[in-house]
Parts: sequence; C-alpha cells; structure tokens
Amino acid sequence: MAWPQVAGVSIADLADGVRARKWKARDLVESYLDRIARLDGRLGCYLLVDADGARARADQVDAALAAGRDPGPLAGVPIGLKDIFVTRGLETTAGSKILRGFVPPYESTVSTRLAAAGAIALGKLNMDEFAMGSSNENSAFKPVHNPWDLERVPGGSSGGSAASVAASLCAGSLGTDTGGSIRQPASLCGIAGMKPTYGRVSRYGVIAFASSLDHPGPFGRTVEDVAALLEVIAGHDELDATSIPSPAGRYREACAAGLAGMRVGVPEEYFQSGMDPEVEAAVREAIDQIAREGAKLVPVSLPHTKYAVATYYLVCTAEASSNLARYDGVRFGHRTAEASSLDELYSKTRGEGFGAEPKRRIILGTYVLRSGYYEAYYGKALRVRRKIADDFRAVFEKCDVLATPTSPTAAFKLGERMADPLQMYLADIYTVAPALAGVPALSQCCGFTKNNLPIGLQIIGPPLGEEAVFRVGGEYQRRTDWHKRLPKDPS
Amino acid sequence: MSVDRYEAVIGLEVHVHLGTRTKIFSASSTAFGEEPNSCTDPVCLGLPGALPVLNRAVVEAAVRLGLAVGSHIRPRCRFARKHYFYPDLPKGFQISQYEEPLCEGGAVEFRLTGESRKVRLTRIHLEDDAGKNIHDNSGVSFVDFNRAGVPLVEIVSEPDIRSADEAAEYMRALRALVRTLGISDGNMEEGSLRCDANVSLRLRGAEKLGTKAELKNINSFKHVREAIEHEIRRQTAVLDRGEAVVQETRLWDPDRGLSQSMRSKEHAHDYRYFPEPDLPPLAVDQDWIARARASLPELPESRFRRYTETLGLSAQDAGVLTSEREIADYFDAAAKACAAPAKKVANWIINEVLARVSDPRALAAADLPVQPAALAELVDLVEKGTLSGKLGKDVFGRMWQEKRRAGEIVASESVAVVSDAGLIEETCKRIVAAHPDEVARYKAGQSKLLGFFVGKVMKEMAGKANPKTANEIMQRLLG
Repeated sequence: MAWPQVAGVSIADLADGVRARKWKARDLVESYLDRIARLDGRLGCYLLVDADGARARADQVDAALAAGRDPGPLAGVPIGLKDIFVTRGLETTAGSKILRGFVPPYESTVSTRLAAAGAIALGKLNMDEFAMGSSNENSAFKPVHNPWDLERVPGGSSGGSAASVAASLCAGSLGTDTGGSIRQPASLCGIAGMKPTYGRVSRYGVIAFASSLDHPGPFGRTVEDVAALLEVIAGHDELDATSIPSPAGRYREACAAGLAGMRVGVPEEYFQSGMDPEVEAAVREAIDQIAREGAKLVPVSLPHTKYAVATYYLVCTAEASSNLARYDGVRFGHRTAEASSLDELYSKTRGEGFGAEPKRRIILGTYVLRSGYYEAYYGKALRVRRKIADDFRAVFEKCDVLATPTSPTAAFKLGERMADPLQMYLADIYTVAPALAGVPALSQCCGFTKNNLPIGLQIIGPPLGEEAVFRVGGEYQRRTDWHKRLPKDPS
Repeated sequence: MSVDRYEAVIGLEVHVHLGTRTKIFSASSTAFGEEPNSCTDPVCLGLPGALPVLNRAVVEAAVRLGLAVGSHIRPRCRFARKHYFYPDLPKGFQISQYEEPLCEGGAVEFRLTGESRKVRLTRIHLEDDAGKNIHDNSGVSFVDFNRAGVPLVEIVSEPDIRSADEAAEYMRALRALVRTLGISDGNMEEGSLRCDANVSLRLRGAEKLGTKAELKNINSFKHVREAIEHEIRRQTAVLDRGEAVVQETRLWDPDRGLSQSMRSKEHAHDYRYFPEPDLPPLAVDQDWIARARASLPELPESRFRRYTETLGLSAQDAGVLTSEREIADYFDAAAKACAAPAKKVANWIINEVLARVSDPRALAAADLPVQPAALAELVDLVEKGTLSGKLGKDVFGRMWQEKRRAGEIVASESVAVVSDAGLIEETCKRIVAAHPDEVARYKAGQSKLLGFFVGKVMKEMAGKANPKTANEIMQRLLG
C-alpha cells in the first residue's frame, strides 16, 4: 500500500494533517518506518527502531482523535531521540558499549513532554559515544553517513539526529549540544537545530557528558519546526535543579514576527583565517540578505573567543571524568566477564566498555581536577568562562542577536580527521563559546558548496533570547529556499 | 615508656544521619531496615541521566544544628563532588561540600567529670550517604542502596579534644543535641551516628602538632574510647622507640580491639573535588535563619544550667536527666505537675523510673505505664505524708505493673499511711511492753535500738504507720 509522502513535509503540516484527519498518525508512522527500513541501512541513523511501540502510540493518537480528544500540538508527528535520552523500557546506550543492554526504568522529561504533546518516538538515534565527537565516528556501534554525500560525516555528536531529519527518516528529532553537537551536525546536514539557553530545557533523563554544558535541543527541517518542538520541551522542570523557573516562550510566533528594528551583530572573531572560503562567502551573503530584509548590522567583538576551545576542553573533560565515574560495572551496563579483584573489575569493565575518545577525555579530566592543579586548570577555565560570558553580555547591549558561521567547513570525509583529535576539536571553533556562555544559538542552512554540501548560518541570542533568534532565523528562511532542498534518497 | 610524656591531640569528624522522611537529593524513603534496595530511585542509584534536587528539609535541619552550636550560617554555600570508586558509591562520587560549607565555626559544650568543656567546630556540612556492601559466606558480595542518599551532616571539630574520655563525652553531647533538636534519632546501632578520629601526640608543653593518624569506622561511644586509647598507646610506643608516626588512615576493628593501616599518605585518595554542576549554589536567607532560630527548643546545656542553677539539682542528677532528651522532657513534665520540690521528682525518676526501662527513649512512649503526671501525683502523696517512702515505692511498682494511678490504688486498697497518733501509740505501747530487755538496753544508752522498736511497729501495722509519727511517739515512750 502507498503511505503518505512524508519527505520534506513540515512538522506543522504533519500535525495539522493528523488533527484534520487528512491522514492517520498510524499511516505517517508506517510511512517513516518504511523509509527507515529501506534507507537507514546506508545511513546508519538509528541504533534502535521501536516499530511496535511507535505503531501502538500512533493508534492511541488516532483513537483519541476519533473520540474527539485533542492529542496535542504534535499529534502523530514521528520523531527520533538521540540515544542519550533515557527511555523507559527501551535500551539506551549513549552510543557506548559500556551501556549495552541498559534498559532504563524511567523516562527523560523532554521525551515525556513530546509524548504528552502527541509526538511519536520512532526510535533511538546514533551518536558519538557519550556525545564526545564532531563526526559521529566515535559511535561504538556504527558511523552515520551524511545524506548529502554518503562518503562524508554528518557532524556530531548528534549525527543520527541531524542525518535522520535531513533524510526524512523522522520529521524532527532531539539532540544534545555540549560544545556544538546540535548546531554543527545541523549545519553539515543542511537542516535547522537549536541549542537553547542553558537551563531552558530540562536535562533530567539526559545522560550527562559535561553537566554545566549539556543543552538538550531540537532539530527540524525548518526553523518553524525547531520552534514547534522547543515550545513543547522548554519550560521549568523540578527534577532538574538547574532548570530555569519560567514557562516556554512563543517561538513559532517569533518566527513570523519580522525583522523590524532588529540589530544583528557580526563578531569579527568569527570571520578569521581557517574558514573555508565557500563557507565564508555563503555566510556573508546570508548576513547581507538579513540586512537587506531590514535588520541593522553592527560590527562587534568578542575578544575572549580565542580562549574558548581551550577553556571548553578543560571544563568538559573535567566534568566528563566525573560523570563517567558511575560506569563501574556494578549496577548496570557492561561488566567484565572475569575479575579477580575490585580494582580489576573496574579497570577491565571500563577498559573494555569505553572507546578511545571517552578514555582520552576521562584521562584529561582526571588530570585537570587532581589535587594541587585544580586552580591552574579547572579554576582558571571557570574564570575564563566568565570572561567569555561577559563578552556576550557586553555585545548584547549593542545588538539583539549575532550572526556567524556554524562550522568553518562543510561536511568532511569519513576517516579524514580521526587520526588527529586536535583537528577534530577545531570543528567546534564557532560553537563552543555560546555553549560556555549558555546563550541560545540556532543553526540553519544558508547555502551549498560547489559539491552540493550544505553550509550553516549560526544565529546567537542573549540568555533566554530564543524569540529574537527565531525572529531572525524565521525571516531569513522565509526569504530563502535553501531549506527546501532535499538530499536524494540513497539507492 | 610513659603515657604522661605526651599529650594527645584529637579532632573528630562526626557523621549524623538527618531524620528527614526522604533522601537528600531524591524522593525515596530513608526508612531503616527495609527490604534491600526497596527504598531506591534513579537518583540515589546513580542511574545515567538522573539529577539531584536538594531536599529543603535537610537544609532546615542542618541550619538548626548550626544555630544550636553557634555556627555562622553561610548565606550562600555550594555542593562539591568528592570522587572515589567503591561498589557502595553509586555515582563514583559523593555529593558533599568542600570550599563553601553551610556552617562554619561554633562550639559544642559539655562536661567531663564535672568540669565544663568546649570543643570548637571547624564546620558542619551536608552530604549524601553511600549504600552498604554485604558479603556472604560464599564469597559473593551484594550492595544495598537503601542507605544511598540518606542525608548526612558531617560535623568537623577543631583538634581541641585531649583524651579518649573527652572524645566519648563530646560524642554523647552531640548525640543529645541532635536528638533534642529532633533532627536525628542518633541511633548508633543503625549507623545514624558515626565518627572518624584524627589522633596525634606531642610532648607535653609543645606547641607544634605531631603527625596524625586518621581512625575510621568508629560507631559507638565505647568504640570511640577504645579506638582512641589504643591509638594513643600505639603512637606512644612508636615515639618511645624513637620512630616517627606515619601519616595514614587506619581502620578500627572493634572485634579485635585494634586498628590496621588502610592507606598511607602516599596512597591517599585524590578526591578531585570540584563544584557540583548539577546543583546551583544554595542560598539561605536571613528570614529562613530567623525562622529556624525561633524553632530551636531548649538545648541540653541550657537545660543543665537551669536544673542546677534554678532548680538546685546536683550536677550529677542534672547530668543524668539531660543525657537524653526524653528523660529531661519527662522530668520537666513531672516537675511541672508536681507540688513537691523538683529535687524529689528527680530522685524518683533516677531511682525508680529509669531503673525500669532499658532504653530511656521509652520515656516518650505513649504506652509508658507511668506518665509524668502520674508520677507527680505519687510524689505529692509521699511528700504530703499520705504514703511513706517505702509505701510509695510499693505503690510505684504497682502503678508500673498495673498501669493504675497512685490515688486509685491508695483509695481502693487503703494502702495509705496511718497517721492516727492514737492508733500508733497503742501499737507502740504493745511493742514496748513485749520487749523489756531491749527497753533496758535502750535506757542504758543503746539509742540505736530506736530503729528496732520503730521497725517492730511498722511490721505490726503492715508498713502503713506514718514513720515520722511512729518515731516521735516511740522516742517519747522510751523516755
């Protein structure tokens, strides 16, 4: 039978169609499941497809509609969850062998909220192990291929979340961004993705990589899709003590509010050497277009940007070494087959369970936090982090948002940077500073290279300034067609 | 060797379970003795993605403790992660406080062999407890996480303690304090109160501190004393041999009465403290502090002063009464309901009531056979002379056995003292007539025989004669 054609359809259209009974949630789900079955073998987006669960939940949505109840704003919208969100009864691995077989007895706040809004989770999406990476090549299970060029990476760490939306293997998805893990893959896959303000979206049930930097957030084909998902998942959660106690904003409205009076800052530090000329050209053209549509451009400076990558790697490795201490083989996940002592239980379990990148970061982070060196490393990094946040605070006196590139290059080839972690870390150069400052930032498509690889534009707002970001991103998208391009289905 | 050459310098780190209904960072129950791993949740099990949320009742309890010992309550404090690996530690770190504890300074006051002592506190901070490893005979180990996440305060003293006895008294004082505050049951058998001791020696008169050893796993007053005494002897022997004490952590083995080295300074844990990123800094505002201060009950030391200075009790009696909150509460209630002097009430409690309970905490029980008001009634009957002391004790025994009031027993069974002088005099005359030899010896100067005569009278009258009246009449008759 022919399922509805879902490739490229927006979340709003899907939900409206379900609510108007134009199509059944069950048919949408079948349509996506069919695409996953046919295409994901080449893409590697999903670590787990919960076909039966998705069908059952779709039937519930259809039954609710038939009974005259409103299933919610995301009625029947099939979505994917990065495998870092814990899902009750569904294996959750964070892309790591050490969590293989871990079936959580509880559910993350954001996936709970999505389900309550009528969205249907299709499964768990591939990712770099414990969200550590910029190419998804650190997944312990399999790489993800970029739908625009299967030889290339989708970005990371939320590579499966980005590629699955780009390839229409789900209508929208959730990822996490610690140093760029939503924005960079969104950029490399030609879709939209937002890292909201730190604390805007609950981290409860999100497997921690670096707690003070972990930002859950949505991916969508369009900026409006991202806004629609964010409206559902944002807002205070009493299970997360760092959650901001205020309700979610009206992000979809902001997408249509226009640019009147908007001041867009262009930070000089984000346009320096090392950027691919094609990327620079596309981003500059996008900024010029935003100006032509009515925004005022303001040249600004964020002088501490040059310390961001170093600061980021001190903070995130320190916190990771702590957060990953709980994987000891005692209570859940992998445990080594044989150990003759407690120390051996730990060293073998962790040695076998963790891949190279988590090991590298645990070692770095342990070093950073050791007694007598805390001040020189972690303490200093926290002080620089405050300086970086102060930079943002200062520029947002002069402008409403910032516009920059998301990634210095378009998607690179699989394997190209695996031998050189430092080169890989530099993929985050434009995304880490907003993560350290905890400010919201959106990436959306603003062009393609000669090789037909997407280029991303990053729009950064002040704390809780998601609406301002959506105003600029929404208006830019309305004036351009980049988001309408779809990659060809892999054969 | 001579123990007296050296002075012991001791500081204690006392861990106290706070008796909140739920855990410090999650909503599972803190109940003791439940089925293993039945009081757990994703947070206290350290499951991936679970996040701590601070229980405000825990902060409240610690603030009350801080105020009771005169600590400075920091308006803003932080939690920190303390890392080490152990199977009973689910997250691979404990959430504690490091650089910015909730309470700083303060002191605990108590008495040691009648002398008033004061041990200064460095700090009081909050942390979560770990689970418990259980090893069975087959070599298999289990972990029970019911205790994981139970709230603890760690009370760190300055090195102000000079002897094992003083350390034990300090622990008792702390226990009485937390129980009076109602923030902990202070139950040592259940591990609600545990301590580590830092012990060093120095030559008497020396200023500089010696090298210390840290003793772990001390969980009763008896063990505190034994462990520290043992450590003082051990270090004395080391120093007397001309050797140096090694800085190390030693595990006290109460069964064998000795300690064993766990790890030396070189192998000390590097706890890699850093601020807990999952918990924002904790702000305790002045209103909160004021409310906590207003809720403080009368504390053991001020009770002691009231008993000795206002009520005129001996230090010894006041010490017994204030050793447990329930005894003091019982005493206060009985003394209030009683017309007789407080001293009399204290004697009855110490000699009769406490003799009948194995655990003084039972004095708070609703089904205690003799409630404070009932005791007060009995004491008044004795003081008015309605009952002799001897009769009063009998009546008390029956009150305890039969759960009846003294007045009821007296009224229904005519156990009251006979104060009718005529009746007593008749009996006295009979006794005098029946014992001419003793009368002669009495008159010859053996005045001690008065007791013999009065005793005969009491026996004759089944103990019901008013002893004072019988004494007077007999003395008069014997001339």
